[in-house]
Amino acid sequence: MLEKALVGSRGYWRWLLVLGAVMVLGGIAYLRQFAFGLGVTGLSRDVTWGLYIAQFTFLVGVAASAVMVVLPYYLHDFKTFGKLTILGEFLAISAVTMCMLFIFVDMGQPTRVLNVMLYPTPHSLMFWDMVSLMGYLVLNTVISHVTLAAERNAVAPPRWIKPIIILSIPWAVSIHTVTAFLYSGLAARPFWMTAILAPRFLASAFSAGPALLILFCLVLRRITRFDAGREPIQRLAIIVTYAMLINVFFVLMELFTALYSNIPEDAEHFKFLYVGLAGNSTLVPWMWTSAALSVAALVLLVNPKTRHNETTLAAACVAVFVGLWIEKGLGLIIAGFEPSVLGKVTVYTPTLPEVLISLGIYAFGLALITLFFKIALSVRGQVAA
Amino acid sequence: MGEDRRRFLKLAGLTALCAAGKGSLARLAGAETTAAGGAAKQVRWAMVVDPRKCLEKEGCTACIDACNHAHNVPSFDNPKHEVKWIWKEPFADAFPDQDARYVDPALTAKPALVFCNHCDNPPCVRVCPTQATWKRGDGVVMMDWHRCIGCRYCMAACPYGSRSFNWEDPRPHIKDLNPDFPTRTKGVVEKCTFCDERLDKGQPPACVAACPEKAMIFGDLNDPDSEVRRLLRSRFALRRRASLGTQPEVFYLV
Repeated sequence: MLEKALVGSRGYWRWLLVLGAVMVLGGIAYLRQFAFGLGVTGLSRDVTWGLYIAQFTFLVGVAASAVMVVLPYYLHDFKTFGKLTILGEFLAISAVTMCMLFIFVDMGQPTRVLNVMLYPTPHSLMFWDMVSLMGYLVLNTVISHVTLAAERNAVAPPRWIKPIIILSIPWAVSIHTVTAFLYSGLAARPFWMTAILAPRFLASAFSAGPALLILFCLVLRRITRFDAGREPIQRLAIIVTYAMLINVFFVLMELFTALYSNIPEDAEHFKFLYVGLAGNSTLVPWMWTSAALSVAALVLLVNPKTRHNETTLAAACVAVFVGLWIEKGLGLIIAGFEPSVLGKVTVYTPTLPEVLISLGIYAFGLALITLFFKIALSVRGQVAA
Repeated sequence: MGEDRRRFLKLAGLTALCAAGKGSLARLAGAETTAAGGAAKQVRWAMVVDPRKCLEKEGCTACIDACNHAHNVPSFDNPKHEVKWIWKEPFADAFPDQDARYVDPALTAKPALVFCNHCDNPPCVRVCPTQATWKRGDGVVMMDWHRCIGCRYCMAACPYGSRSFNWEDPRPHIKDLNPDFPTRTKGVVEKCTFCDERLDKGQPPACVAACPEKAMIFGDLNDPDSEVRRLLRSRFALRRRASLGTQPEVFYLV
């Protein structure tokens, strides 16, 4: 089936070339980091995790969101999502791959990373995160390959794949729950030590992921002969709307608890994010942009007129995705370290190599999605003429 | 109380890990602590700091210098890349839950000496995915610089900021190399180990030996006649962020 990715239009190759160039830049930046150490990043003794770990966290959500098309289709026999499940699974595969790469580039001693398997440590949540991510990658690879092969051969998928698909549903929830547990079990970091972190992660994942899927469908309709159809997109839009409402609700609950109780060590992190702390307000404009995008997205999504209009729906999806990326891919991780356990606020600004490495990984993920979608659409004979 | 807590943690772990099978359960129990069994005979190292004595000599850094030299601790110009095992921290930052508002500012303005607390219930050990940091039977929280993958999860978990990461190669930044102690490579975490290399030879930690005021007292908590136990019996002592349940084994006399 892989050979289908090797033939394509000029636009297809040009797009892959652009992504390849970004990957090369990221690779060069990584070589620099590999030689010098993580000191090439903006991280410090006080802010020990930053852009990489935040991207990992955000992308685990994107990966988990595949369940939002798989669950209705397989558990509720919701046929409308029939064409979308494979896209959701491919999105999951590339997102999980990006997650692993982001973890890898964050390691101080990348050549020793297999120590996690050599000395399995069940009392470390990082061990369980590795297990759940690996498992999810295997599940989705097997499921997408088997179902697509069956589709190509115009036969029904083998019966044994059904329980594996069912298993992938709780597994998707587990990857983001375990990822939240990485943070929410740390007594040292009150900003993360909240029982609502995992539910909040899931809510944001189930809005950002399907929003991205809607955008993919709209793009694919333009550049290929694949048309997801109006109905599935509208159904996805309803999922995005509810999940986004729940996410904003959860964030407001966090804000209330921290600010009304006014326990300094809980409130300070939110102050850092929204008004600045000890003269450091690097994230303040970002966080208010995120809040504005979330409100704008909700206005467009809740209103049936703008939700039914695919142009305004696309705008809403971009707002959801960017707003949540700021919330989770910037604010959530960095604010855990601001102030530090010793009360210090240290400026963290990602450096050029750090940004290039991150962009390189995103380019790699996009290239994977491109190849996967190309294969899926070629099998269905829906590639653009 | 301590026993209940341990049982609760084990139970909680058991529930969460039922899928992992027997092998991992044994590991969990093993990692929790080894102190319960041989508590009577086992040594339990601890440190008592007497801040009044420590502050007698203004600007004294004898313990810090001794530690830095003994352990080849690098010194970086960039504060973001700082590596430190023992250092001075403003009182309010070292003890954020002690409200010392009306205490003579002359006392609270002075820094407290801070280093790894060698917690009895160390969160860094709990989170480390490779057991590169672990707690010995005598309570010393150790660090294996050859196994550490540099994920820095322990640094996120430590409530005391006691851990440092080598953001770049530390070797060119070691001022006065001690050939008897290993240097570290870039990309690994390091911290105070109560001078395990000196404990093995029956010597007290380098900082304790270097202190001209004898403001740091090191000893065995399990020995009721030790000097640390004698001091803790007669004087009230603070532990940093004791409410978190980490059970720090570094005590600050009031």
